[in-house]
Amino acid sequence: MNAALRQTLSPARKTCGSLSVRIAGEACVLRCSGAMWIPAYGALIVADLHLEKGSAFAVRGQLLPPYDSRATLERLEAEIVDLDPAMVVLLGDSFHDTKAIPRMAADDRARLDRLAAGRDWLWLEGNHDRGALARDANAATRLPGRIVGDMVLGALRLTHEPEPLTADDDRRGEVAGHLHPAARVAAYGRGVRRPCFVTDGSRIILPAFGAFTGGLNVRDPAIADLFAAPPLAAALGRDRVHALDWTVLR
Amino acid sequence: MTGLPPLFADWFASRGWSPRRHQLEMVAAGEAGRHALLVAPTGGGKTLAGFLPSLIDLAERGPRPATGPGSGVHTLYLSPLKALTTDVERNLMTPIREIGLNIHVETRTGDTKQSKRQRQRDFPPDILLTTPEQLALFCAWEGARSYFADLKCVVLDEVHAIWSGKRGDLLSLGLGRLQSFSPGMRRVGLSATIEDPDLIRGWLAPNDVAQSPSTASRSPSPPSGEETQTEPSPPRLAGRGTAGEARGGGALDTVRLVKGDPGAPAVVDVLISEGKVPWAGHTGQHAIPEVYAAIQRASLALIFVNTRWQSEFVFQQLWAINDENLPIGLHHGSLAAEQRRKIEAAMARGDLRAVVCTSTLDLGIDWGDVDLVIQMAAPKGSSRLVQRIGRANHRLDEPSRALLVPASRFEMLECQAAREAVADNAFDWEPVHIGTLDTLAQHVMGVACSEAFDMQALYDEIVGCGPYRDLTWEQFEEVVDFVATGGYALRTYDRFARIVRTQDGRWKVRNQHIAQRHRMNVGAIVSAGTLNVRVASRRGGASRQLIGGRKVGEAEEWYFEQLTPGDTFLFAGQVWAFQGITGTDALVTHANDKDPKIPSWGGSKFPLSTSLADRVRTMIHDRDHWRVLPPDVQEWLELQETRSVIPNAESMLVETFPRGSRHFLVAYPFEGNLAHTTLCMLLTRRLDRMGVGPLGFVVTDYSLAIWSIKPMDQIDLDALFQSDMLGDDLEAWLEESFMMKRSFRNCALISGLIERRQPGAEKTGRQVTFSTDLIYDVLRRHQPDHLLLKTARADAASGLLDVARLGQMLARIEGRIRHQALTRPSPFCVPVLVQIGRERVGGDAAEMILDESAELLIAEVMDDAEPGEAA
Repeated sequence: MNAALRQTLSPARKTCGSLSVRIAGEACVLRCSGAMWIPAYGALIVADLHLEKGSAFAVRGQLLPPYDSRATLERLEAEIVDLDPAMVVLLGDSFHDTKAIPRMAADDRARLDRLAAGRDWLWLEGNHDRGALARDANAATRLPGRIVGDMVLGALRLTHEPEPLTADDDRRGEVAGHLHPAARVAAYGRGVRRPCFVTDGSRIILPAFGAFTGGLNVRDPAIADLFAAPPLAAALGRDRVHALDWTVLR
Repeated sequence: MTGLPPLFADWFASRGWSPRRHQLEMVAAGEAGRHALLVAPTGGGKTLAGFLPSLIDLAERGPRPATGPGSGVHTLYLSPLKALTTDVERNLMTPIREIGLNIHVETRTGDTKQSKRQRQRDFPPDILLTTPEQLALFCAWEGARSYFADLKCVVLDEVHAIWSGKRGDLLSLGLGRLQSFSPGMRRVGLSATIEDPDLIRGWLAPNDVAQSPSTASRSPSPPSGEETQTEPSPPRLAGRGTAGEARGGGALDTVRLVKGDPGAPAVVDVLISEGKVPWAGHTGQHAIPEVYAAIQRASLALIFVNTRWQSEFVFQQLWAINDENLPIGLHHGSLAAEQRRKIEAAMARGDLRAVVCTSTLDLGIDWGDVDLVIQMAAPKGSSRLVQRIGRANHRLDEPSRALLVPASRFEMLECQAAREAVADNAFDWEPVHIGTLDTLAQHVMGVACSEAFDMQALYDEIVGCGPYRDLTWEQFEEVVDFVATGGYALRTYDRFARIVRTQDGRWKVRNQHIAQRHRMNVGAIVSAGTLNVRVASRRGGASRQLIGGRKVGEAEEWYFEQLTPGDTFLFAGQVWAFQGITGTDALVTHANDKDPKIPSWGGSKFPLSTSLADRVRTMIHDRDHWRVLPPDVQEWLELQETRSVIPNAESMLVETFPRGSRHFLVAYPFEGNLAHTTLCMLLTRRLDRMGVGPLGFVVTDYSLAIWSIKPMDQIDLDALFQSDMLGDDLEAWLEESFMMKRSFRNCALISGLIERRQPGAEKTGRQVTFSTDLIYDVLRRHQPDHLLLKTARADAASGLLDVARLGQMLARIEGRIRHQALTRPSPFCVPVLVQIGRERVGGDAAEMILDESAELLIAEVMDDAEPGEAA
């Protein structure tokens, strides 16, 4: 294992199976839910909720269950109840498509308002929801919180889509989503595939948090090429996050 | 009995034939306007018998109008295999040409070109040869009603191969539709192997609603659901008391049963190898030289195996010793279509001496003059064996020749049993099947794409179809609601409804776009997730990425999951090196190895029929019966007695032992594959709770093996096998099981919840699997009584479990488990250890694997954590 990774991965395992890492020197907690918690700022970060993905298919005639937003928000609520964050950052693609927000069921929408109350709630724009967020700015009842572009939190820069790697590592501190990373390991003649965080201690990519979101294998060049040296995959287990070395991934 | 019209009688005479009795009886049934089921051995002119009434009718018909009444399709022929339609067309054209009949015959399958399809719509042929999937598509056509208004007859070939299961459901619904288009239409079924013809007569017969009490109440305006609810579902056909009714079919006496004379009894030999019958194995490798010798003696041999991977293996083995360079071909469903066509053509030309094949050549295709059928590994059921033997020598009066090649010692017993079953003419039977609701949903959507439908009228039509005769109005309403809005309690999709009500209260598809998408997705066959196998080449430049080139064929995704890049394996008769998976392609390169590193998996995919399993079980406990077995098999049984034990017939043997990094538990219930699978599901659940980390299991028809991370020799076996597992455990297991996810995926695809094909893009099994699992989890949590979950549960319970049989077995062995803790595998357990077709266990093992993979890393970090933290 390379020196940078050693530094990234602190051996301490937090309660409820979270994994503690340092990203650009900032202490971050990778949670089983797929959310990232930054204790120093009281910030909870989640990526790619893809709310109303089910109904987006329904519009086109494929009637997927309309319960994905509810399921996603229930999981987000559990994290908020557990951590009581001062700040919640949604790393973009929070909504699946441009017309998603008005399609939300009333109680899902109400839950969203309830969750955002009393804390700083920040929507970062993603490729899927840029239009949705822009429309919302003109809507009669608006989303709670603020819509922002990229943002800075200490040494970290929060953005939706990771930028390509450059020679001088100016991506240091980048926290991004967009790619829905998933890790696959195999043993005993079978494979296990799970959503995961990917980090080399300099930057990190979060797994998708949404209930209907699929994954892209971290070994795909779209993800692997973002790191100069083989990164660590932190896979979401049932009740703990599993730190997986690049060499065990399939 | 009716004779043949002179034109036809002359033709028979010109060929030196006289019409067979069953052919004349079929003509008589046609003249009487009766539905008919013909059961006749292969080689008895069965297909011609099915078509004769239509040919006679068409010959007597005057000039055919170009348009309007009388211009439509006269006879529709449906076969379970695409290839069979081409074969039948060839055979049918002979009498048509030689008699000089002006009859227009065409085939239509998924492969038919668009221009030909369009022509068939504009100018229907007299006889259209096609598949059940095309019928489902016809039902979704706009104008289907007028297209089939002249239909006189539907011929269902190899009906035993399509009547059961979801494919049979969809076919039955399609027949109901056709019957409503053309009420006088006759249904004709053809088969060579049916144990119980009444079962199929019941399925085939339209359930005549006109005579049932419920129709009396049918009023011009459709009664509302509430009204119908007030009469508890009417006892349809009550008082008739026919056998068909008892079995859930229609009025079977409306289907005339015609039986052909039995052919000469088949000559079936079991190969007793010069080399010993191996303890283990599923390939029959030991007998390859003897199989090769048998090929040399025959002019054309078909070598049947039970799986594709097995066919690859046998093919390679035969070529390895093919000193005479005999032309030996390979034919299985994973090969690229083009390659299969080449082999078929070569067979028909007589250019081949042998073809190694799977069930793709089971059914009645005559590609050449086959004079020997070799069955490699046990045939698993006597009906299948009879069907395969029938491929040899299509002449009734000469016996078919077959050679059974047992692959292991258990199979030696099984082949012996199969041979006795064929001699006794004992076919396997299938249980009654109740129509599935996912299939019905697809049909209802298809009807709405074809024309606006009235709910009551469609309900009456559907309960007229055998498998759906007990469908309640409430179930039907639920299905229609599912089709319209997805059937969700959260009514947010009403505005996205796929079918909408017209002003007169009928239902029709919302728009043509949705209709088009439905038509792209009809059919009840859901294949396992497959990957395209492509020859890879390395892209130039810095990325050095592999890109896929020529497609060699398709293979199941699970197979590649076990490979790591560099592994070599057999496919399409060659050895390949696996390079990786990109998207939906498995990339491979030519390998120089002669022997593949990864063996061809080849467990039998067919369950041993219960009747055959019984025969084997009796044989193994009956020492006197051992004497008919070859000496090495007898030795094997005796060795088992020394190394472990042969329990008496009332007890069940359980062996435990370590092997490699895993621990094994092997049990021998002798109850067949299906019951064993269910038992394994439940046992692994308990073992999971006991904390031994079960990783997977595999079953054979005789035994089951479970392997785990931790040892299992200390656990309480009586508690483990306690029959209360069939209660809550069964229910709870089912909900969490991957079997349910698999079952749900099938239901989601068939019902149209998930589309396999979308305009411009095909969703592969690979992509579909992931997303249906997500949908399953969300739906189960938020609407556990959703139609598709109920359907998936019912499918799993009926199709994947054999609960009744399992219950009897558990009761029988209670307090009678013989446990042997061994240090190494026993002679008996070897076959199950090499059996492939393994199932994974959910539960903690997945977490354990992640954990073990992670612990390596954690341990490394822990070792030098302090300096890391200090830095």
